[in-house]
Amino acid sequence: MTTVAIPSSLRAHCQHHEFVEVEAGSVRAVLGAMEARFPGFRAALGDSFAVAIDGEVFQDALYEPVAADSEVHFLPALAGGR
Amino acid sequence: MNKPKVAAYRAPGAPQVTFAMESLMDELGSALEIDPIDLRLVNAAKKGTQLPYGPRFKEVGMVETLEAARAHPHWTAPLGPNQGRGLAVGFWFNNGMNSSADVHLTEDGTAVVVTGNPDIGGSRTSMAIMCAEELGIDVEKVRPVVADTETAGYTDLTGGSRVTFATGWAVIEASRAVVRELRARAAKIWECDVEQVDFADGRCHPAEGSGLDHQPLTVAEIARQMSRTGGPVNGQAQLMARGAGPAFATHLCDVEVDPETGKVDVVRYTAIQDAGRAIHPSYVEGQMQGGAAQGIGWALNEEYVFDDQGRLENPGFLDYRMPVASDLPMIDAVIVEVPNPSHPYGVRGVGETPIVPPLAAVANAVHQATGVRMVSLPISPPRLLANLMEKASA
Repeated sequence: MTTVAIPSSLRAHCQHHEFVEVEAGSVRAVLGAMEARFPGFRAALGDSFAVAIDGEVFQDALYEPVAADSEVHFLPALAGGR
Repeated sequence: MNKPKVAAYRAPGAPQVTFAMESLMDELGSALEIDPIDLRLVNAAKKGTQLPYGPRFKEVGMVETLEAARAHPHWTAPLGPNQGRGLAVGFWFNNGMNSSADVHLTEDGTAVVVTGNPDIGGSRTSMAIMCAEELGIDVEKVRPVVADTETAGYTDLTGGSRVTFATGWAVIEASRAVVRELRARAAKIWECDVEQVDFADGRCHPAEGSGLDHQPLTVAEIARQMSRTGGPVNGQAQLMARGAGPAFATHLCDVEVDPETGKVDVVRYTAIQDAGRAIHPSYVEGQMQGGAAQGIGWALNEEYVFDDQGRLENPGFLDYRMPVASDLPMIDAVIVEVPNPSHPYGVRGVGETPIVPPLAAVANAVHQATGVRMVSLPISPPRLLANLMEKASA
């Protein structure tokens, strides 16, 4: 299972979990799994965010693969981003 | 009040945060009576360290820059009256993004490299160096061209300390495409399979065990025959560069403070930075020196002054004070190389990191010289003098 780290600003949308585990093969699938489990997560994250997969930060990562043992961090924009 | 707009600037946000953090580290070291380098080494980020926002570092060079600072003669040099020494560490994550490159071989065996990033720090020469390295030819035989965005393949901005890292990587891949074609042309000349041809040191050789017995063919010799072996030899590459290597820097600063005026002179400055691998070392040093000078300007002088009606009182460079060459000592640049494992040559971005430490390095030096802790910038003469007078009257 892929481990997803929830940023503190989004934990209220995720039952205050710091980490959750999902089954997904890509960042897009991770987002889908998170939305299914925590409705409203995708909207709360917004459109401007980066993703760190196993320590490497991606700006446009929707189609990036993630492994079963990957750790995924979503990094919401602090401000602006457009 | 209509104030000038703000926009992204070299390592946006990092110098300000680092000014606060590294000033506090200085305070902490004093309170604990721990050597500033020891304190930072104990707390240094290294491979596996988790960043506050989640991801973990791969190989990074913070420890190496601190150790280089300790070994540098600057660290132990004696100080004079009214002088103080400050140290600060800075970090910038660097970026990758999209880049394209074309490499064209000409009939005389020279190469043209076409990329789309304006050269703001010597990057075009670094492109030529990387192409020359791949083709095994002298760098003088490579002509780098910065083309406009209609001519070059899509390439993201010149920023994020990404050009030598990402566009350079595209140049490496485009050059390797040329090498593959050179091997194919040699195979045609020798009437053999391409697998029987190796390329090294600017020559196609019969591969070991191929059973071929030919004299090696240089790039120029193959280029001369390209018309009869299949036409032009070009390489093209485009990539979304992953794995930009974060860069750390440790800066040492000596200042001398005039206690009567509050004027601060930087009398010695050493910038030490992990460049991953410096493709063109003197250009890397130039980035380090430029970033340090710019950061010293922020620390000591740069400031918008408004009157009580909101009018800008220093709208030109005569009054908007920035350090010029006559204000500063020679900035000693020390390159540390901890290769970035994600890049073919180990490159890290170098352009932004050097503006991150100077603000705190200067402030820490002023504190050591005067006992005054400046918590806002710039440390201009009237501001420092007011603090000196307040301290004297306390």
